[in-house]
Amino acid sequence: MSPRTAPSKNRAVQARRSVLLADGTIAHGARPRMEEEFLLEALRWMMKSRLYDQKVIALQRQGLFGVYSPGIGQEACIIGSAMAVDPVRDWMVPQYRELMATVHHGLPLEVITAQYLGKIGPARIPEGVKVLPTQVSIAAQLPQATGLAWGLRLRRQDSVVITYVGDGGSSEGDFHEGLNLAGVTRAPIVFFLSNNQWAISTSRKVQTATRNFALRAAGYGFEGVEVDGNDVMAVYDVTCEAVERARSGGGPSLIAAETYRMSFHNTTDNPSRYQDQKDYDEARSRDPIERVQKYLAGLGLWDAKREAQWTEEIREENERAMKMATEAPAPRPEDVFANVYEEPPPRVIRQRADLVDGQGG
Amino acid sequence: MAERNIVEAINSALAEEMEADPRVMVLGLDVGKLGGVFRTTSGLVDRFGAERVVDTPLAEAGIVGASLGLALAGMVPVAEIQFLGFTAQGFHQIGPQLAKYRQRSRGRYHCQVTIRAPFGGGIRSPEFHSDGVEAQFVQSPGIKIVMPSNPYDAKGLLIEAIRDPDPVLFCEPDRLYRGRRSEVPDGAYTVPFGKAQLVREGEQVTLVAWSAAVELCLRAADALVADGISAAVLDLRTLVPLDVETLCAQVAKTGRCVVVHEAPLSAGFGAEISATLMEEVFYDLDAPVARVAAFDVPFPPASLEDYYLPSLDRVVAAVRRTMEA
Repeated sequence: MSPRTAPSKNRAVQARRSVLLADGTIAHGARPRMEEEFLLEALRWMMKSRLYDQKVIALQRQGLFGVYSPGIGQEACIIGSAMAVDPVRDWMVPQYRELMATVHHGLPLEVITAQYLGKIGPARIPEGVKVLPTQVSIAAQLPQATGLAWGLRLRRQDSVVITYVGDGGSSEGDFHEGLNLAGVTRAPIVFFLSNNQWAISTSRKVQTATRNFALRAAGYGFEGVEVDGNDVMAVYDVTCEAVERARSGGGPSLIAAETYRMSFHNTTDNPSRYQDQKDYDEARSRDPIERVQKYLAGLGLWDAKREAQWTEEIREENERAMKMATEAPAPRPEDVFANVYEEPPPRVIRQRADLVDGQGG
Repeated sequence: MAERNIVEAINSALAEEMEADPRVMVLGLDVGKLGGVFRTTSGLVDRFGAERVVDTPLAEAGIVGASLGLALAGMVPVAEIQFLGFTAQGFHQIGPQLAKYRQRSRGRYHCQVTIRAPFGGGIRSPEFHSDGVEAQFVQSPGIKIVMPSNPYDAKGLLIEAIRDPDPVLFCEPDRLYRGRRSEVPDGAYTVPFGKAQLVREGEQVTLVAWSAAVELCLRAADALVADGISAAVLDLRTLVPLDVETLCAQVAKTGRCVVVHEAPLSAGFGAEISATLMEEVFYDLDAPVARVAAFDVPFPPASLEDYYLPSLDRVVAAVRRTMEA
């Protein structure tokens, strides 16, 4: 795809942004914010995300991990967006395919891993980490994220909220209610829509008749921008711009990132039943990680030796987190009752006592 | 001490809490200049400003979802859903989201959110407006369900709700909004959750109710005096938490019980009351626990609502049957 740099006449929708092309060259006229050292950092995080996903899939196949939705193919969205927000003051409201974004934002990998292993205490997001729990009820996080951003402004905090949704989530009523309220309140929020082309087996074409998802923003009275979601440099740029806009009082933005789910919806899914091999192969040729490696190799900053060394280091890091999560204390039966009420009703206290006494109520 | 009706008592509670705590805010449809369709928020926007008394887009899920986020930001939102029947359009943000958020976050987050919603028949409302769906929320553990029946409780329970660190659904009996005034103190006070109140003493039978049905039960108890029947009336005040102790002790004392509610009979909260009494005080009962409720059909057009809702005659007849059993 050739980059289009001419601004659209429609202020609400700009041309699709692109910096680093699939062949590892920089788009003509692009002036990326990411410098080489920073791009190396982005690459490391993207590799960490993919290696973690691969490890988890292998463990799940052995019955050692819960149902899991990998982000394979979407690492540029996950990492490019996360690198544009400030973990100290900004909040991240994830869906469920942005695991490594939340880790970048300060959530320890062993904590989010413990969540998938069904742990309770060890899976609690630590105080000070500005990340909300993963959200499996599709798009339910959007009105919540809007409320959070609105409230942070009422509390006079210099914070921006970034939240994630997919192409499928854009069809939910909560998408409309969340974005509409954000537009009306001019809340400091960035809606990051990863269009990975699939809602389980349902094609993106079923989700909307609009040409691209960024167009949806016009209906809410704020900025919409389309970006090559496999281009970490472009994703970073547009997210930085959206964050700056939100922080300076310019209101919300919708970023529509065009990417491809190069894996399954989750570990129970079988894409061969509905996915065309040639679409997958085409996506494969636009791999977000390989293009960064090609680009850096051209600068003499990347080679097979470095790749092997990083791969080994990252695998060790991921293994350490996995080990910590696995060895963290398993929940006790009475944890069924944990964290529901500040003061449980007497009936619940009695049910808990019955369970502990082995009477089962 | 001032005399207030329920509308004025609620308005007073909101004003007290907004005055005392700058984090408390009110949001919903028409809560600003109009003061709410029932005027419960009247005057608040003039006193506390449009940043804290917010007219929102017409979107129930958005109002509740945003309230969750506002609470996480450190605000104390009091959201108004214009009628309880319309919580259907925001239900997923109440039961699955708000009620579970503390558990889903392993206790990292809690949602200090109050949702106020008028409900109930008897005021000739259009469809959906009267639906009594309180029992649906009982199956969503994590949210407290508060059903005041009189001005004093309305104020005290609402202040308790606003201060509760967990989410509360506060259902307001619109039929009684502008009913009899009674003494409601100025200043803040609370009525604790999970403490049923014996609103009328009686020796032979206990009428159990909440919200507007309490008023009906009081009238029934008056009418039953002519039959020589001494009926007590127990106002549960909150369905979650449920005051099992007071309920069981009171029914054990009279040996007879009639539960009255304005929601449909089947799987209504009366079924929970009846089952609880079976489990706890079966051997103290002199008669089967009876239920008087709306019928198992959707709320009809207002022209038929008097036939649909529990009437004085139906309650009195049920008590007589119970006395003969």
